[in-house]
Amino acid sequence: MTKSYSGFRLLKEGIGGNKGWGQAWRTPEPEKIYDFIIVGGGGHGLATAYYLAKKHGQKKVAVIERGWLGGGNTGRNTTVVRSNYFYPESAALYDMSLKLYEQLSRELNFNIMLSQRGMVVLAHSDPEMELSARIVNAMQINGTDAELIDADRVKKLAPILNTRPDARFPIKGGVYQGRGGTARHDAVAWGYARAADALGVDIIQNCEVTNFLIEGGECKGVETSKGTIRASRVGVAVAGHSTVMGGYKLPIQTYTLQAFVSEPMKPVMDTVAFSPSYGTYFSQSDKGGLVIGGGLDRIPSYAQKGNMPAQEAVLSGLIEMAPALAKVKLLRHWGGAVDVTPDSSPVIGPVDVPGIYINCGWGTGGFKAIPAGGYLLAHLLATGKHHEVSAPFDPSRFRKGRLIDEAAASGIAH
Amino acid sequence: MQRFPCPFCGLRDETEFFYAGDLGKVRPDTTQPVSDEEWSAYLNDYANVKGRAKEVWVHTACQEYLALERDTVTMDVLSVTQFRKGEI
Ligand SMILES: Cc1cc2nc3c(=O)[nH]c(=O)nc-3n(C[C@H](O)[C@H](O)[C@H](O)COP(=O)(O)OP(=O)(O)OC[C@H]3O[C@@H](n4cnc5c(N)ncnc54)[C@H](O)[C@@H]3O)c2cc1C
Ligand SMILES: [Zn+2]
Repeated sequence: MTKSYSGFRLLKEGIGGNKGWGQAWRTPEPEKIYDFIIVGGGGHGLATAYYLAKKHGQKKVAVIERGWLGGGNTGRNTTVVRSNYFYPESAALYDMSLKLYEQLSRELNFNIMLSQRGMVVLAHSDPEMELSARIVNAMQINGTDAELIDADRVKKLAPILNTRPDARFPIKGGVYQGRGGTARHDAVAWGYARAADALGVDIIQNCEVTNFLIEGGECKGVETSKGTIRASRVGVAVAGHSTVMGGYKLPIQTYTLQAFVSEPMKPVMDTVAFSPSYGTYFSQSDKGGLVIGGGLDRIPSYAQKGNMPAQEAVLSGLIEMAPALAKVKLLRHWGGAVDVTPDSSPVIGPVDVPGIYINCGWGTGGFKAIPAGGYLLAHLLATGKHHEVSAPFDPSRFRKGRLIDEAAASGIAH
Repeated sequence: MQRFPCPFCGLRDETEFFYAGDLGKVRPDTTQPVSDEEWSAYLNDYANVKGRAKEVWVHTACQEYLALERDTVTMDVLSVTQFRKGEI
């Protein structure tokens, strides 16, 4: 077992010159055969491996990652967590996730820096306020904490926002979720990786899965850049790359989503604000940088870098939301290849090839869903059956026409 | 700003172009029975190619439909031709 992290340990290692920490996880060579293979070492894949080992007692589990842990969207997102969705199916899923997040630092013995600083979705007109009231009602019925707040409350929460009546989109109020906030994205990947490794999961990095090993119409493992690795059940959590390995079709289109970080500065923003009208949301990290995001690029793409029209839209939106930030310099910007579905809801379940189970379609908003996505895919892999929370998200919903259209709740954001 | 070629108008800003879907995707013949699988595949599935993709685009300025080959990793446009009924 890796040594546990604690205040005492910090003191001890500090005195010892920080030489005794050791590696947080091993770097094993792949075995020839496992019981379960998880393709993709992002948050969802690592969480799946952890829950397979922890909750289902599985010992022979491998995670296969083509690059480095969290090098996909898990390490590229704007770290917003929330569960303010409209439909009961989504509320059950995302609230399960937020509840798991609320316990996660303790469970993993790894500080994921969950900061429930709240999140406000702004409403800019009277009709938008009426819609917000409807959304808040739906959320409260679903058991999610949501409040309808007025412009004065917005002004108190985030004085940096332009609340003047002559703004391009004046702020009338918004939907507030106090349990929303941010968490450290890398820490979520690393925390799950360390805990899974301690339970015996082999995490294999720099190993690309090229295609599935199909025998007699069933999946029996994967072909990789390090050779064939066999397993009777394969879980796939590769986000924008979900259709690249072949074998099955999915209603996924891969788009670039961009984000930006500014130079660090004094605290100006201690909640998350999202304006659907401006198409921009932002928060401030603990280091002081503004973390800014917005909508998808307009063109399907796997380039993990974005195009300029989307940058212009997001940043001009930021300046309208908070004109005082106009002179702030950007430090970095980047893009991730996100997996977009027709109804903005994830796809969780078996695909047409027996033995393959997929977890994808999180699009712009799957960081908040990592604990639940992992928990549910682990349940599917271990039992062969859906957990009641994942059942509505089965790929068969497209054939049945039972879409869970969350475009309004996830439309652009996070 | 990336510039896309239109066979009629030349190089123009990418914002003038609209992505319309996969090239070669044909609507099922609804005068015949269509299964749920076929209809759902038509509505929801995409080729989602990584690399050389064949797509239909519209140049909104001249309203012409274009058959465009594009590298979805580098974002380069590899070829463009007009897309008219019966031609592809
Ligand atoms: C700019 C941006 C901002 C975002 N902001 C938010 C936000 O604020 N809140 C929120 O909830 N969500 C947000 N998201 C979405 C969120 O980041 C993703 O939905 C989530 O991280 C997906 O996790 P994952 O584990 O499914 O995928 P990833 O983290 O992308 O992991 C997939 C892994 O699979 C690997 N892989 C791919 N192909 C192969 C192969 N053939 N063989 C082996 N490995 C392979 C990749 O290298 C990658 O590491 C944002 C995304 C982006 C890009
Ligand atoms: Zn033209």
